[in-house]
Amino acid sequence: MSEARLIQGNEACAQGALAAGVRFFGGYPITPSTEIAETMAQKLPGLGGKFIQMEDEIASMGVVLGAVLAGQKALTATSGPGFSLKQELIGFAACAEIPIVIVNVQRVGPSTGQPTSPAQGDVMQARWGTHGDHPMIALSPWTVREAYDATILAVNYSERFRTPVILLMDEIVGHLREKVVLPELKDIEIYPRRVPKITRAEGYEPYRPDEDMVPNVADFGQGYHIHVTGLIHDETGFPSGSPKVTEDAIRRMHEKIMHVQDEITHFEEFFMEDAQYAVVAYGGTARTAYEAVRTAREHGLKVGMVRLMTIWPFADKIIKKTAKQVKAILVPELNYGQLVGEVERAAGGSARVKLLAKYNTEIFTPQELVEAIENLCAGVDE
Amino acid sequence: MAQIRLSGSGGQGVITAAIILAEAAVREGKEAVQSQSYGPEARGGASKAEVIISDQPIYHPKVLVPELVLALTQAAADKYSKDLAVGGTLVIDTDLVPNPPNFPNIISIPITKLAVDKIGKSLFANIVALGALVKITELVDFETIKKAVAQRVPPATIDRNMQALQVGYDAVTK
Repeated sequence: MSEARLIQGNEACAQGALAAGVRFFGGYPITPSTEIAETMAQKLPGLGGKFIQMEDEIASMGVVLGAVLAGQKALTATSGPGFSLKQELIGFAACAEIPIVIVNVQRVGPSTGQPTSPAQGDVMQARWGTHGDHPMIALSPWTVREAYDATILAVNYSERFRTPVILLMDEIVGHLREKVVLPELKDIEIYPRRVPKITRAEGYEPYRPDEDMVPNVADFGQGYHIHVTGLIHDETGFPSGSPKVTEDAIRRMHEKIMHVQDEITHFEEFFMEDAQYAVVAYGGTARTAYEAVRTAREHGLKVGMVRLMTIWPFADKIIKKTAKQVKAILVPELNYGQLVGEVERAAGGSARVKLLAKYNTEIFTPQELVEAIENLCAGVDE
Repeated sequence: MAQIRLSGSGGQGVITAAIILAEAAVREGKEAVQSQSYGPEARGGASKAEVIISDQPIYHPKVLVPELVLALTQAAADKYSKDLAVGGTLVIDTDLVPNPPNFPNIISIPITKLAVDKIGKSLFANIVALGALVKITELVDFETIKKAVAQRVPPATIDRNMQALQVGYDAVTK
Protein backbone atom coordinates (compact mmCIF):
# COMPACT_ATOMS: atom_id res chain seq x y z
CA MET A 1 0.00 0.00 0.00
CA SER A 2 1.17 3.50 -0.75
CA GLU A 3 0.82 6.28 1.80
CA ALA A 4 -2.44 8.07 2.53
CA ARG A 5 -3.07 11.10 0.36
CA LEU A 6 -5.86 13.60 -0.19
CA ILE A 7 -7.10 12.95 -3.74
CA GLN A 8 -10.06 14.21 -5.72
CA GLY A 9 -12.53 11.72 -7.25
CA ASN A 10 -11.83 12.93 -10.78
CA GLU A 11 -8.09 12.63 -10.23
CA ALA A 12 -8.53 9.13 -8.82
CA CYS A 13 -10.48 8.20 -11.94
CA ALA A 14 -7.63 9.42 -14.17
CA GLN A 15 -5.05 7.61 -11.99
CA GLY A 16 -7.12 4.44 -12.20
CA ALA A 17 -7.25 4.69 -15.99
CA LEU A 18 -3.47 5.05 -16.14
CA ALA A 19 -3.04 2.08 -13.78
CA ALA A 20 -5.30 0.03 -16.05
CA GLY A 21 -3.05 0.77 -19.02
CA VAL A 22 -4.91 3.64 -20.67
CA ARG A 23 -2.40 5.57 -22.77
CA PHE A 24 -4.69 7.72 -24.90
CA PHE A 25 -7.18 10.39 -23.87
CA GLY A 26 -9.33 12.33 -26.29
CA GLY A 27 -11.81 14.79 -24.88
CA TYR A 28 -13.38 18.18 -24.62
CA PRO A 29 -13.40 19.81 -21.18
CA ILE A 30 -16.69 20.23 -19.34
CA THR A 31 -17.51 20.81 -15.67
CA PRO A 32 -17.65 18.77 -13.47
CA SER A 33 -15.39 16.32 -15.35
CA THR A 34 -12.55 18.65 -16.39
CA GLU A 35 -10.02 17.50 -13.77
CA ILE A 36 -9.96 14.07 -15.45
CA ALA A 37 -8.76 15.67 -18.69
CA GLU A 38 -6.34 17.90 -16.76
CA THR A 39 -4.78 14.95 -14.94
CA MET A 40 -4.49 12.93 -18.15
CA ALA A 41 -2.88 15.93 -19.91
CA GLN A 42 -0.31 16.18 -17.12
CA LYS A 43 0.51 12.48 -16.86
CA LEU A 44 0.14 10.91 -20.31
CA PRO A 45 3.09 12.54 -22.12
CA GLY A 46 5.51 11.31 -19.44
CA LEU A 47 4.18 7.76 -19.84
CA GLY A 48 4.62 7.75 -23.61
CA GLY A 49 0.90 8.27 -24.12
CA LYS A 50 -1.07 10.85 -26.01
CA PHE A 51 -3.54 13.51 -24.88
CA ILE A 52 -5.60 15.34 -27.45
CA GLN A 53 -8.27 17.97 -26.95
CA MET A 54 -10.66 17.74 -29.89
CA GLU A 55 -12.99 20.38 -31.28
CA ASP A 56 -16.04 18.89 -29.59
CA GLU A 57 -17.40 15.80 -27.84
CA ILE A 58 -18.38 13.99 -31.04
CA ALA A 59 -14.85 14.24 -32.40
CA SER A 60 -13.53 13.24 -28.95
CA MET A 61 -15.52 10.03 -29.14
CA GLY A 62 -14.32 9.35 -32.68
CA VAL A 63 -10.67 9.89 -31.85
CA VAL A 64 -10.67 7.49 -28.89
CA LEU A 65 -12.30 4.75 -31.00
CA GLY A 66 -9.59 5.26 -33.59
CA ALA A 67 -6.90 4.99 -30.92
CA VAL A 68 -8.41 1.76 -29.60
CA LEU A 69 -8.55 0.20 -33.07
CA ALA A 70 -4.89 1.15 -33.50
CA GLY A 71 -3.98 -0.76 -30.34
CA GLN A 72 -4.24 1.66 -27.39
CA LYS A 73 -6.45 1.52 -24.35
CA ALA A 74 -8.29 4.83 -24.36
CA LEU A 75 -10.55 6.98 -22.23
CA THR A 76 -12.83 9.95 -22.71
CA ALA A 77 -14.59 11.97 -20.01
CA THR A 78 -17.51 14.36 -20.12
CA SER A 79 -20.70 15.52 -18.43
CA GLY A 80 -24.40 15.61 -19.47
CA PRO A 81 -24.32 17.74 -22.63
CA GLY A 82 -21.19 16.00 -23.90
CA PHE A 83 -22.58 12.59 -22.99
CA SER A 84 -25.56 13.31 -25.25
CA LEU A 85 -23.23 14.16 -28.13
CA LYS A 86 -21.23 10.96 -27.69
CA GLN A 87 -24.24 8.65 -27.90
CA GLU A 88 -24.12 7.87 -31.63
CA LEU A 89 -20.53 6.65 -31.48
CA ILE A 90 -21.19 4.74 -28.24
CA GLY A 91 -23.63 2.71 -30.30
CA PHE A 92 -20.99 2.31 -33.01
CA ALA A 93 -18.59 0.96 -30.36
CA ALA A 94 -21.25 -1.49 -29.16
CA CYS A 95 -21.95 -2.73 -32.71
CA ALA A 96 -18.33 -2.81 -33.91
CA GLU A 97 -17.24 -4.24 -30.52
CA ILE A 98 -14.65 -1.59 -29.72
CA PRO A 99 -13.52 -1.54 -26.07
CA ILE A 100 -13.80 1.98 -24.68
CA VAL A 101 -14.57 3.64 -21.34
CA ILE A 102 -16.70 6.78 -21.32
CA VAL A 103 -16.73 8.71 -18.04
CA ASN A 104 -19.84 10.78 -17.40
CA VAL A 105 -19.58 12.96 -14.29
CA GLN A 106 -23.28 13.76 -13.99
CA ARG A 107 -24.61 17.25 -13.41
CA VAL A 108 -28.11 18.74 -13.40
CA GLY A 109 -29.83 18.58 -16.81
CA PRO A 110 -31.47 18.50 -19.26
CA SER A 111 -29.37 20.50 -21.71
CA THR A 112 -26.79 22.84 -20.17
CA GLY A 113 -28.78 22.56 -16.92
CA GLN A 114 -26.83 23.50 -13.80
CA PRO A 115 -23.16 23.25 -14.75
CA THR A 116 -21.58 22.77 -11.33
CA SER A 117 -24.39 21.07 -9.42
CA PRO A 118 -24.80 17.37 -8.59
CA ALA A 119 -27.46 15.09 -10.07
CA GLN A 120 -28.00 11.44 -10.95
CA GLY A 121 -30.19 12.13 -13.97
CA ASP A 122 -28.27 10.13 -16.58
CA VAL A 123 -28.99 6.64 -15.23
CA MET A 124 -31.36 5.79 -18.07
CA GLN A 125 -29.32 7.64 -20.66
CA ALA A 126 -26.35 5.49 -19.71
CA ARG A 127 -28.49 2.45 -20.45
CA TRP A 128 -30.47 3.58 -23.49
CA GLY A 129 -28.82 6.80 -24.71
CA THR A 130 -27.77 5.25 -27.98
CA HIS A 131 -30.41 3.69 -30.21
CA GLY A 132 -31.10 0.05 -30.91
CA ASP A 133 -30.78 -3.12 -28.90
CA HIS A 134 -27.46 -3.18 -27.12
CA PRO A 135 -26.13 -4.26 -23.75
CA MET A 136 -24.49 -1.77 -21.43
CA ILE A 137 -22.18 -1.88 -18.45
CA ALA A 138 -22.28 1.15 -16.15
CA LEU A 139 -20.48 1.52 -12.81
CA SER A 140 -21.18 4.21 -10.21
CA PRO A 141 -18.55 4.71 -7.48
CA TRP A 142 -19.35 6.20 -4.05
CA THR A 143 -15.89 7.01 -2.74
CA VAL A 144 -12.71 8.48 -4.18
CA ARG A 145 -10.95 5.16 -3.72
CA GLU A 146 -13.76 3.40 -5.54
CA ALA A 147 -13.51 5.93 -8.39
CA TYR A 148 -9.99 4.55 -8.84
CA ASP A 149 -11.03 0.90 -8.55
CA ALA A 150 -14.15 1.27 -10.70
CA THR A 151 -12.18 2.92 -13.49
CA ILE A 152 -9.77 -0.02 -13.55
CA LEU A 153 -12.72 -2.40 -13.55
CA ALA A 154 -14.39 -0.42 -16.36
CA VAL A 155 -11.26 -0.63 -18.52
CA ASN A 156 -10.94 -4.35 -17.76
CA TYR A 157 -14.58 -5.06 -18.59
CA SER A 158 -14.40 -3.06 -21.82
CA GLU A 159 -11.40 -5.13 -22.92
CA ARG A 160 -12.77 -8.47 -21.74
CA PHE A 161 -16.17 -8.04 -23.41
CA ARG A 162 -15.05 -5.68 -26.20
CA THR A 163 -17.84 -3.28 -25.37
CA PRO A 164 -18.30 0.34 -24.31
CA VAL A 165 -18.42 0.78 -20.52
CA ILE A 166 -19.84 3.86 -18.83
CA LEU A 167 -18.26 5.11 -15.63
CA LEU A 168 -21.31 6.89 -14.22
CA MET A 169 -19.77 9.30 -11.74
CA ASP A 170 -21.55 12.23 -10.14
CA GLU A 171 -20.39 15.69 -9.09
CA ILE A 172 -20.41 14.63 -5.43
CA VAL A 173 -17.72 12.00 -5.87
CA GLY A 174 -16.02 13.66 -8.86
CA HIS A 175 -15.23 16.87 -6.99
CA LEU A 176 -14.78 15.35 -3.54
CA ARG A 177 -11.31 15.18 -2.08
CA GLU A 178 -10.79 12.56 0.58
CA LYS A 179 -8.12 10.51 2.26
CA VAL A 180 -7.17 7.61 0.04
CA VAL A 181 -4.58 4.87 0.09
CA LEU A 182 -4.05 3.57 -3.43
CA PRO A 183 -2.95 -0.01 -4.08
CA GLU A 184 0.49 -0.89 -5.44
CA LEU A 185 0.49 -1.20 -9.24
CA LYS A 186 1.80 -4.76 -8.99
CA ASP A 187 -1.33 -5.77 -7.06
CA ILE A 188 -3.71 -4.53 -9.75
CA GLU A 189 -5.21 -7.05 -12.15
CA ILE A 190 -5.18 -5.87 -15.75
CA TYR A 191 -7.16 -7.48 -18.56
CA PRO A 192 -4.91 -7.29 -21.62
CA ARG A 193 -6.07 -6.48 -25.15
CA ARG A 194 -7.46 -9.62 -26.80
CA VAL A 195 -5.30 -10.91 -29.65
CA PRO A 196 -5.93 -13.34 -32.52
CA LYS A 197 -5.20 -16.96 -31.62
CA ILE A 198 -4.72 -18.12 -35.20
CA THR A 199 -3.25 -16.72 -38.40
CA ARG A 200 -5.01 -15.69 -41.57
CA ALA A 201 -3.71 -18.86 -43.23
CA GLU A 202 -5.33 -20.89 -40.44
CA GLY A 203 -8.66 -19.25 -41.18
CA TYR A 204 -8.78 -16.27 -38.78
CA GLU A 205 -11.92 -14.19 -38.95
CA PRO A 206 -11.88 -10.98 -36.87
CA TYR A 207 -15.44 -11.23 -35.58
CA ARG A 208 -15.61 -14.97 -34.94
CA PRO A 209 -16.53 -15.32 -31.27
CA ASP A 210 -14.18 -17.10 -28.90
CA GLU A 211 -15.48 -19.57 -26.29
CA ASP A 212 -16.68 -16.67 -24.09
CA MET A 213 -18.69 -15.28 -27.05
CA VAL A 214 -16.29 -12.34 -27.49
CA PRO A 215 -14.30 -12.03 -30.75
CA ASN A 216 -10.53 -11.53 -30.77
CA VAL A 217 -10.48 -8.58 -33.15
CA ALA A 218 -6.92 -7.76 -34.20
CA ASP A 219 -5.63 -4.22 -33.84
CA PHE A 220 -4.74 -2.40 -37.03
CA GLY A 221 -1.12 -2.93 -37.93
CA GLN A 222 -0.84 -6.50 -36.67
CA GLY A 223 -0.89 -8.00 -40.15
CA TYR A 224 -4.57 -8.86 -40.35
CA HIS A 225 -7.22 -7.47 -42.67
CA ILE A 226 -9.85 -5.82 -40.51
CA HIS A 227 -13.09 -4.18 -41.58
CA VAL A 228 -14.89 -2.12 -38.95
CA THR A 229 -18.49 -1.09 -39.49
CA GLY A 230 -21.59 0.01 -37.64
CA LEU A 231 -23.65 -2.11 -40.00
CA ILE A 232 -24.58 -5.52 -38.65
CA HIS A 233 -21.81 -7.78 -39.86
CA ASP A 234 -20.88 -11.45 -39.96
CA GLU A 235 -17.67 -13.06 -38.68
CA THR A 236 -15.65 -11.47 -41.48
CA GLY A 237 -16.57 -8.00 -40.25
CA PHE A 238 -18.36 -7.18 -43.51
CA PRO A 239 -22.05 -6.20 -43.61
CA SER A 240 -24.70 -8.85 -44.00
CA GLY A 241 -28.43 -8.42 -44.59
CA SER A 242 -29.20 -11.95 -43.44
CA PRO A 243 -31.93 -12.30 -40.77
CA LYS A 244 -29.97 -15.15 -39.17
CA VAL A 245 -26.70 -13.18 -39.05
CA THR A 246 -28.60 -10.22 -37.58
CA GLU A 247 -30.33 -12.31 -34.94
CA ASP A 248 -27.10 -14.09 -33.98
CA ALA A 249 -25.15 -10.82 -33.82
CA ILE A 250 -27.65 -9.03 -31.59
CA ARG A 251 -28.14 -12.06 -29.34
CA ARG A 252 -24.38 -12.54 -28.93
CA MET A 253 -23.88 -8.83 -28.23
CA HIS A 254 -26.19 -9.22 -25.20
CA GLU A 255 -25.28 -12.73 -24.14
CA LYS A 256 -21.51 -12.15 -24.05
CA ILE A 257 -22.21 -9.84 -21.08
CA MET A 258 -25.46 -11.16 -19.61
CA HIS A 259 -24.19 -14.72 -19.16
CA VAL A 260 -21.96 -13.32 -16.41
CA GLN A 261 -24.51 -10.78 -15.09
CA ASP A 262 -24.14 -11.92 -11.48
CA GLU A 263 -20.35 -11.83 -11.65
CA ILE A 264 -20.22 -8.23 -12.83
CA THR A 265 -23.02 -6.74 -10.72
CA HIS A 266 -21.06 -5.46 -7.75
CA PHE A 267 -22.86 -4.34 -4.61
CA GLU A 268 -22.40 -4.03 -0.85
CA GLU A 269 -24.86 -4.82 1.94
CA PHE A 270 -24.90 -2.98 5.27
CA PHE A 271 -26.91 -3.86 8.40
CA MET A 272 -29.02 -6.32 6.35
CA GLU A 273 -28.87 -9.40 8.63
CA ASP A 274 -32.07 -8.68 10.56
CA ALA A 275 -33.39 -5.81 8.41
CA GLN A 276 -37.12 -5.43 7.85
CA TYR A 277 -36.66 -2.34 5.69
CA ALA A 278 -33.96 -1.44 3.19
CA VAL A 279 -32.50 1.55 1.41
CA VAL A 280 -31.14 0.95 -2.10
CA ALA A 281 -28.71 3.70 -3.07
CA TYR A 282 -25.81 4.33 -5.44
CA GLY A 283 -23.09 6.88 -6.19
CA GLY A 284 -22.61 9.95 -3.99
CA THR A 285 -26.14 9.62 -2.60
CA ALA A 286 -25.17 6.31 -0.98
CA ARG A 287 -22.77 8.19 1.32
CA THR A 288 -25.63 10.16 2.84
CA ALA A 289 -27.88 7.09 2.83
CA TYR A 290 -25.28 5.13 4.80
CA GLU A 291 -25.12 7.82 7.45
CA ALA A 292 -28.93 7.98 7.63
CA VAL A 293 -29.29 4.19 7.92
CA ARG A 294 -26.74 4.13 10.73
CA THR A 295 -28.64 6.88 12.55
CA ALA A 296 -31.97 5.09 12.02
CA ARG A 297 -30.40 1.93 13.51
CA GLU A 298 -29.39 3.96 16.56
CA HIS A 299 -33.07 4.99 16.78
CA GLY A 300 -33.97 1.29 16.92
CA LEU A 301 -35.28 0.90 13.36
CA LYS A 302 -34.49 -2.41 11.66
CA VAL A 303 -33.25 -0.92 8.43
CA GLY A 304 -30.39 -2.01 6.20
CA MET A 305 -28.85 -0.85 2.97
CA VAL A 306 -27.88 -2.27 -0.40
CA ARG A 307 -25.34 -0.09 -2.18
CA LEU A 308 -25.18 -0.75 -5.91
CA MET A 309 -21.85 -0.15 -7.62
CA THR A 310 -22.83 -1.78 -10.91
CA ILE A 311 -25.88 0.09 -12.22
CA TRP A 312 -26.05 -1.76 -15.56
CA PRO A 313 -26.65 -4.58 -16.00
CA PHE A 314 -29.05 -4.20 -13.10
CA ALA A 315 -28.42 -6.25 -9.96
CA ASP A 316 -31.69 -8.21 -10.23
CA LYS A 317 -30.57 -11.04 -7.95
CA ILE A 318 -29.73 -9.03 -4.83
CA ILE A 319 -32.78 -6.79 -5.19
CA LYS A 320 -35.02 -9.85 -5.59
CA LYS A 321 -33.48 -11.37 -2.47
CA THR A 322 -33.75 -8.10 -0.52
CA ALA A 323 -37.40 -7.62 -1.54
CA LYS A 324 -38.23 -11.09 -0.22
CA GLN A 325 -36.61 -10.24 3.12
CA VAL A 326 -37.98 -6.75 3.81
CA LYS A 327 -41.38 -5.09 3.96
CA ALA A 328 -40.39 -1.96 2.07
CA ILE A 329 -37.50 -0.45 0.12
CA LEU A 330 -36.58 3.25 -0.09
CA VAL A 331 -34.75 4.45 -3.21
CA PRO A 332 -33.26 7.96 -2.83
CA GLU A 333 -32.12 9.44 -6.13
CA LEU A 334 -30.95 12.88 -7.28
CA ASN A 335 -33.42 12.79 -10.18
CA TYR A 336 -37.17 12.60 -10.77
CA GLY A 337 -37.10 8.81 -10.39
CA GLN A 338 -35.00 6.55 -12.63
CA LEU A 339 -33.39 3.50 -11.04
CA VAL A 340 -36.44 3.12 -8.77
CA GLY A 341 -38.27 1.56 -11.75
CA GLU A 342 -35.66 -1.17 -12.01
CA VAL A 343 -35.86 -1.79 -8.26
CA GLU A 344 -39.65 -2.13 -8.57
CA ARG A 345 -39.30 -4.52 -11.50
CA ALA A 346 -36.75 -6.71 -9.72
CA ALA A 347 -38.73 -6.60 -6.44
CA GLY A 348 -41.65 -8.04 -8.37
CA GLY A 349 -44.21 -6.95 -5.77
CA SER A 350 -42.49 -8.77 -2.88
CA ALA A 351 -41.85 -5.47 -1.09
CA ARG A 352 -43.26 -1.97 -1.27
CA VAL A 353 -40.85 0.31 -3.20
CA LYS A 354 -40.80 4.01 -2.38
CA LEU A 355 -38.96 6.72 -4.28
CA LEU A 356 -37.36 9.73 -2.62
CA ALA A 357 -36.54 12.11 -5.47
CA LYS A 358 -34.54 15.35 -5.25
CA TYR A 359 -33.61 17.52 -8.22
CA ASN A 360 -32.96 21.05 -6.95
CA THR A 361 -29.12 21.14 -7.24
CA GLU A 362 -28.69 20.17 -3.58
CA ILE A 363 -27.73 16.75 -2.27
CA PHE A 364 -29.77 14.91 0.35
CA THR A 365 -29.09 15.71 3.99
CA PRO A 366 -28.83 12.80 6.43
CA GLN A 367 -31.86 14.24 8.27
CA GLU A 368 -34.04 14.12 5.14
CA LEU A 369 -33.19 10.47 4.64
CA VAL A 370 -33.67 9.59 8.31
CA GLU A 371 -37.18 11.08 8.13
CA ALA A 372 -37.90 9.18 4.91
CA ILE A 373 -36.74 5.95 6.57
CA GLU A 374 -38.94 6.67 9.61
CA ASN A 375 -41.93 7.23 7.30
CA LEU A 376 -41.11 4.06 5.39
CA CYS A 377 -41.05 2.01 8.60
CA ALA A 378 -44.26 3.68 9.83
CA GLY A 379 -45.99 2.81 6.57
CA VAL A 380 -46.75 6.43 5.70
CA ASP A 381 -47.98 6.79 2.08
CA GLU A 382 -48.85 3.10 1.96
CA MET B 1 -15.67 15.70 14.04
CA ALA B 2 -14.88 19.25 12.95
CA GLN B 3 -16.83 21.07 10.23
CA ILE B 4 -15.15 24.11 8.70
CA ARG B 5 -16.33 26.39 5.89
CA LEU B 6 -14.10 28.81 3.99
CA SER B 7 -15.81 31.38 1.81
CA GLY B 8 -15.04 34.38 -0.32
CA SER B 9 -15.13 35.27 -3.97
CA GLY B 10 -13.56 33.28 -6.80
CA GLY B 11 -9.83 33.97 -7.04
CA GLN B 12 -9.24 34.60 -3.32
CA GLY B 13 -7.91 31.10 -2.90
CA VAL B 14 -10.38 29.74 -0.35
CA ILE B 15 -10.57 26.38 -2.17
CA THR B 16 -6.79 26.06 -2.12
CA ALA B 17 -6.73 26.92 1.58
CA ALA B 18 -9.39 24.28 2.26
CA ILE B 19 -7.44 21.64 0.31
CA ILE B 20 -4.27 22.45 2.27
CA LEU B 21 -6.13 22.21 5.60
CA ALA B 22 -7.52 18.79 4.63
CA GLU B 23 -4.09 17.66 3.42
CA ALA B 24 -2.59 18.66 6.76
CA ALA B 25 -5.21 16.58 8.58
CA VAL B 26 -4.41 13.57 6.39
CA ARG B 27 -0.71 14.08 7.17
CA GLU B 28 -1.61 13.68 10.85
CA GLY B 29 -3.40 10.41 10.10
CA LYS B 30 -6.90 11.84 10.44
CA GLU B 31 -9.85 11.30 8.11
CA ALA B 32 -10.65 14.34 5.99
CA VAL B 33 -12.92 15.31 3.12
CA GLN B 34 -12.95 18.56 1.19
CA SER B 35 -15.60 19.81 -1.20
CA GLN B 36 -16.59 23.09 -2.79
CA SER B 37 -19.22 24.90 -4.69
CA TYR B 38 -18.77 27.86 -6.94
CA GLY B 39 -20.55 29.64 -9.75
CA PRO B 40 -19.66 29.22 -13.41
CA GLU B 41 -17.29 32.22 -13.20
CA ALA B 42 -13.55 31.62 -12.69
CA ARG B 43 -13.15 35.01 -10.95
CA GLY B 44 -15.69 36.82 -8.78
CA GLY B 45 -18.94 35.22 -7.69
CA ALA B 46 -19.48 33.55 -4.35
CA SER B 47 -17.13 30.67 -3.63
CA LYS B 48 -17.39 28.18 -0.79
CA ALA B 49 -15.09 25.37 0.27
CA GLU B 50 -15.72 22.95 3.10
CA VAL B 51 -13.55 20.64 5.16
CA ILE B 52 -14.61 17.90 7.53
CA ILE B 53 -11.96 16.37 9.78
CA SER B 54 -12.66 13.33 11.94
CA ASP B 55 -11.13 10.32 13.64
CA GLN B 56 -13.85 8.14 12.03
CA PRO B 57 -14.65 7.49 8.35
CA ILE B 58 -16.69 10.34 6.85
CA TYR B 59 -19.72 9.44 4.73
CA HIS B 60 -22.02 12.43 4.12
CA PRO B 61 -19.45 14.74 2.49
CA LYS B 62 -20.93 18.20 3.11
CA VAL B 63 -20.81 20.40 6.19
CA LEU B 64 -24.18 20.45 7.97
CA VAL B 65 -23.49 22.75 10.92
CA PRO B 66 -20.13 24.53 10.63
CA GLU B 67 -18.24 25.24 13.84
CA LEU B 68 -16.16 27.82 12.03
CA VAL B 69 -16.86 29.96 9.00
CA LEU B 70 -14.21 32.10 7.36
CA ALA B 71 -15.61 34.92 5.22
CA LEU B 72 -13.34 37.00 3.01
CA THR B 73 -16.12 39.11 1.46
CA GLN B 74 -19.30 40.78 2.68
CA ALA B 75 -21.40 38.64 0.32
CA ALA B 76 -19.81 35.45 1.63
CA ALA B 77 -20.30 36.56 5.25
CA ASP B 78 -23.98 37.25 4.60
CA LYS B 79 -24.60 34.06 2.62
CA TYR B 80 -22.52 31.41 4.36
CA SER B 81 -22.61 32.23 8.08
CA LYS B 82 -26.35 31.71 8.64
CA ASP B 83 -26.11 28.06 9.73
CA LEU B 84 -23.14 28.49 12.08
CA ALA B 85 -23.25 26.31 15.17
CA VAL B 86 -24.34 27.89 18.44
CA GLY B 87 -21.03 28.62 20.09
CA GLY B 88 -19.29 28.55 16.71
CA THR B 89 -16.85 31.12 15.40
CA LEU B 90 -17.12 33.52 12.47
CA VAL B 91 -13.78 34.77 11.19
CA ILE B 92 -13.98 37.79 8.91
CA ASP B 93 -11.64 40.00 6.93
CA THR B 94 -11.95 43.31 8.79
CA ASP B 95 -11.80 45.51 5.69
CA LEU B 96 -13.72 43.34 3.25
CA VAL B 97 -16.62 42.61 5.63
CA PRO B 98 -17.54 46.13 6.78
CA ASN B 99 -20.96 45.08 8.09
CA PRO B 100 -20.43 41.92 10.15
CA PRO B 101 -23.51 39.69 10.52
CA ASN B 102 -25.20 39.64 13.90
CA PHE B 103 -23.31 36.78 15.56
CA PRO B 104 -21.95 36.64 19.11
CA ASN B 105 -18.51 35.24 18.40
CA ILE B 106 -16.73 37.09 15.59
CA ILE B 107 -12.99 37.26 15.18
CA SER B 108 -12.11 40.16 12.91
CA ILE B 109 -8.65 40.11 11.32
CA PRO B 110 -7.40 42.44 8.56
CA ILE B 111 -6.38 39.36 6.58
CA THR B 112 -5.97 40.88 3.12
CA LYS B 113 -4.35 44.05 4.47
CA LEU B 114 -1.82 41.93 6.41
CA ALA B 115 -1.05 39.99 3.22
CA VAL B 116 -0.42 43.22 1.31
CA ASP B 117 1.47 45.06 4.09
CA LYS B 118 3.61 42.19 5.42
CA ILE B 119 4.07 39.89 2.40
CA GLY B 120 3.55 42.34 -0.44
CA LYS B 121 0.59 40.78 -2.25
CA SER B 122 -3.11 40.21 -1.58
CA LEU B 123 -2.53 36.81 -3.22
CA PHE B 124 -1.27 35.51 0.13
CA ALA B 125 -4.51 36.35 1.97
CA ASN B 126 -5.67 32.73 1.88
CA ILE B 127 -2.47 31.52 3.54
CA VAL B 128 -2.64 34.31 6.15
CA ALA B 129 -6.20 33.12 6.84
CA LEU B 130 -5.00 29.52 7.11
CA GLY B 131 -2.42 30.51 9.74
CA ALA B 132 -5.17 32.22 11.73
CA LEU B 133 -7.54 29.24 11.39
CA VAL B 134 -4.94 26.81 12.70
CA LYS B 135 -4.32 29.04 15.72
CA ILE B 136 -8.05 29.38 16.43
CA THR B 137 -9.11 25.75 15.89
CA GLU B 138 -5.93 23.83 16.80
CA LEU B 139 -7.21 21.19 14.36
CA VAL B 140 -3.68 20.48 13.14
CA ASP B 141 -0.22 21.35 14.41
CA PHE B 142 1.32 24.54 13.07
CA GLU B 143 4.31 22.47 11.88
CA THR B 144 1.98 20.18 9.90
CA ILE B 145 0.21 23.04 8.15
CA LYS B 146 3.63 24.46 7.22
CA LYS B 147 4.55 21.17 5.55
CA ALA B 148 1.19 20.97 3.78
CA VAL B 149 1.54 24.53 2.44
CA ALA B 150 5.12 23.94 1.32
CA GLN B 151 4.03 20.86 -0.61
CA ARG B 152 1.17 22.59 -2.40
CA VAL B 153 2.59 26.02 -3.42
CA PRO B 154 5.15 26.79 -6.17
CA PRO B 155 8.68 26.23 -4.75
CA ALA B 156 9.78 29.83 -5.42
CA THR B 157 7.00 31.11 -3.14
CA ILE B 158 7.56 28.80 -0.15
CA ASP B 159 9.40 31.41 1.97
CA ARG B 160 6.73 34.05 1.50
CA ASN B 161 3.98 31.51 2.15
CA MET B 162 5.69 30.50 5.42
CA GLN B 163 5.78 34.18 6.39
CA ALA B 164 2.10 34.50 5.47
CA LEU B 165 1.22 31.53 7.70
CA GLN B 166 3.16 33.07 10.58
CA VAL B 167 1.53 36.48 10.09
CA GLY B 168 -1.93 34.90 10.25
CA TYR B 169 -0.98 32.76 13.24
CA ASP B 170 0.36 35.76 15.16
CA ALA B 171 -2.68 37.89 14.30
CA VAL B 172 -4.83 35.75 16.59
CA THR B 173 -4.46 36.55 20.26
CA LYS B 174 -5.54 33.77 22.55
